[in-house]
Amino acid sequence: MPNFNDILVLLPEFYLVAAACLLLLLDAFMKPEQRGLLHWLSIAVLLVAVYLVVAGQPDGTATAFNGMFVRDRVAEILKVFALLCTVLVFVYARPYLADRKLFVGEFYTLAIFAVIGIMLLVSAGNLVTVYLGLELLTLSSYALVALNRDSPLSSEAAIKYFVLGALASGMLLYGMSMVYGATGTLSLAQLHGAAAHSAMPNLLLFGLIFMIIGIGFKLGVAPFHMWIPDVYQGAPTAVTVFIGSAPKLAAFGMAYRLLESGLGDLAQHWQLMLAVLAVLSLAIGNLVAIVQSNLKRLLAYSTISHMGYLLLGLVNAGPEGYAAAMFYAISYALMSTAAFGVILALARAGFECEEIDDFKGLNQRSPWMAFLMLLAMFSLAGVPPLFGFFAKLLVLQAAIDANMLWLAIVGAVFAIIGLYYYLRVVKVMYFDKPQDGVRLEVQQDVSLRWMLSLNALLLLVLGLCWGPLLGWCRAAFGLVSA
Amino acid sequence: MIDPNLFQLICFYAFGVVTVGAALAVITLKNSVHAVLALVLTFFSTACIWLLAEAEFLAIALIVVYVGAVMVLFLFVVMMLDIKQEQVREGFIRYLPVGIVVALVMLVEMLALIGVRAMQAIPMGANPAAAAGMSNTAWLGTALYTQYLLPFEIAALILTVGVVAAVALTLRQRADRRHESASQQVRVNARDRVRIVKMAAEQPARTTAQPQQPGDQEAKP
Repeated sequence: MPNFNDILVLLPEFYLVAAACLLLLLDAFMKPEQRGLLHWLSIAVLLVAVYLVVAGQPDGTATAFNGMFVRDRVAEILKVFALLCTVLVFVYARPYLADRKLFVGEFYTLAIFAVIGIMLLVSAGNLVTVYLGLELLTLSSYALVALNRDSPLSSEAAIKYFVLGALASGMLLYGMSMVYGATGTLSLAQLHGAAAHSAMPNLLLFGLIFMIIGIGFKLGVAPFHMWIPDVYQGAPTAVTVFIGSAPKLAAFGMAYRLLESGLGDLAQHWQLMLAVLAVLSLAIGNLVAIVQSNLKRLLAYSTISHMGYLLLGLVNAGPEGYAAAMFYAISYALMSTAAFGVILALARAGFECEEIDDFKGLNQRSPWMAFLMLLAMFSLAGVPPLFGFFAKLLVLQAAIDANMLWLAIVGAVFAIIGLYYYLRVVKVMYFDKPQDGVRLEVQQDVSLRWMLSLNALLLLVLGLCWGPLLGWCRAAFGLVSA
Repeated sequence: MIDPNLFQLICFYAFGVVTVGAALAVITLKNSVHAVLALVLTFFSTACIWLLAEAEFLAIALIVVYVGAVMVLFLFVVMMLDIKQEQVREGFIRYLPVGIVVALVMLVEMLALIGVRAMQAIPMGANPAAAAGMSNTAWLGTALYTQYLLPFEIAALILTVGVVAAVALTLRQRADRRHESASQQVRVNARDRVRIVKMAAEQPARTTAQPQQPGDQEAKP
């Protein structure tokens, strides 16, 4: 029977659920012009949740609700960064939403519900919790993508996302049912022991393949990436920045829980599958991104290639590799919020600022914004001394350690190819003349400007002193800090 | 007399073949109403397989919820979406054969099922409900509220998100919407409703040619 201790372990999650319901009620009784209060309350709610995750909990690993929920360092770090990314998203999103009559309470509550899904997903100790956490996250995301009802592009993106997401969930469930059939347990901890001597190894492998397809869909790696460009481009940018950041941490958490906590015994089988997915993602992501003219679409293809790099860390299948992959997921979440943040800061009512040509001559109009975008682009490209460079170095190192030198070489080659399209954005900003008739103005929102500057400068700061963050990531997987 | 085990096996395969066949029909049939009917058959056959596996509650829930409620609703929606009017009118006769086939297969399945139950089939595997000395439904309920409490609560959250999303995506505050104000209706006076308009007597020949003024209709004696 669940007892009070169980609830204590889930305190941040329970708190967020209660807060989300209260915000929902508050929104119903609030006048539209008071909605600014809801905005700040939502941010406060998330910050308190960060505090509860960090400080409100005893140290060490704990399980609750018969092993359904696992709280360990991995989950804590992922939760903290998912919450912080969502705070950034809320700050960046407000002016954009207000300009487009999308500044509604549902944006905040749905995003908070999605974050609850992320928190449950990265803490899952059972296949059932993995699936339900994922559904909570994705269902909220579908609704967020469709939030702009008057835009046909947005509706199209939502339908594509919904259909493909449902298909992916079906694949994942099918794989889970096969794994259950082969081992007779849904608990990830019991799976870890049972998978090695299952009576039906072929059935288990069959299930594993379907589960990897499901994970691939959620990470957005090739060849399961078809939804990413359309959804990134079609969704309101304020929603794209959310989908591109915190859920990536969740996808890493899900892959870690399913593949390591659950099916770690089958590492020799899934290592090669992930390696193939990684190579395909690196190739498709980087090569197709070169021909894009829409910045949101370009960043979508860049996501595909970045998830390929994340897989390089997972391919290692050891604590070093997981630490590298988690470091990569965190770095990607921060970089992508910064890049989309600049788009949000330049967008106005009736002007999306999402074509690369819209950025022509940004340096003459707003040198600071151009500089922040430069930091984000260089970091995404992996130019030293920025954050992205070190994250890439770690995952390439992890691939070499796993005796997959060829994979590391492929990763390095595609990093150089990828440099082209990131640098093209920088070139357009600094060396091209501003377009006639395009009026580039930065949003006047003070919190947006400050947070965006902080976010982008953090990429530089963390690129110079990555030690503490890497130390946390390594310690989470039981490694002594380097 | 057939061996009960063998009979159960035969039934399982028969239900399985019907399930897969009907599922194939769902995605291959061109007529969407036929496809929905085939989906009903798929659900029903699946419920039969679940009954064979002694999962009575799930089987009943599948029939009551999906066949009884969701699919009927689905059928209504599909029939309403049909654009060609003549198809809808002659629908009953055209869908009748398929409907009869579906009903017949269901009937045969039910009879076979009753036969299996009568023959005291041996359980296929370890049945935790039987081991605990409870009925399937009671055992499911107990498991749901103890061991699977957290997933159960998360499922409730997912439903909440569904409600929020449905409201956020469909509730529109349209300016041109005609809506009633109950308080205004209650406080209305007879004077506001009826307006007496004095007008000259009309020539009978000219009345048809004159366009009617909106709002004057109720004022006419």
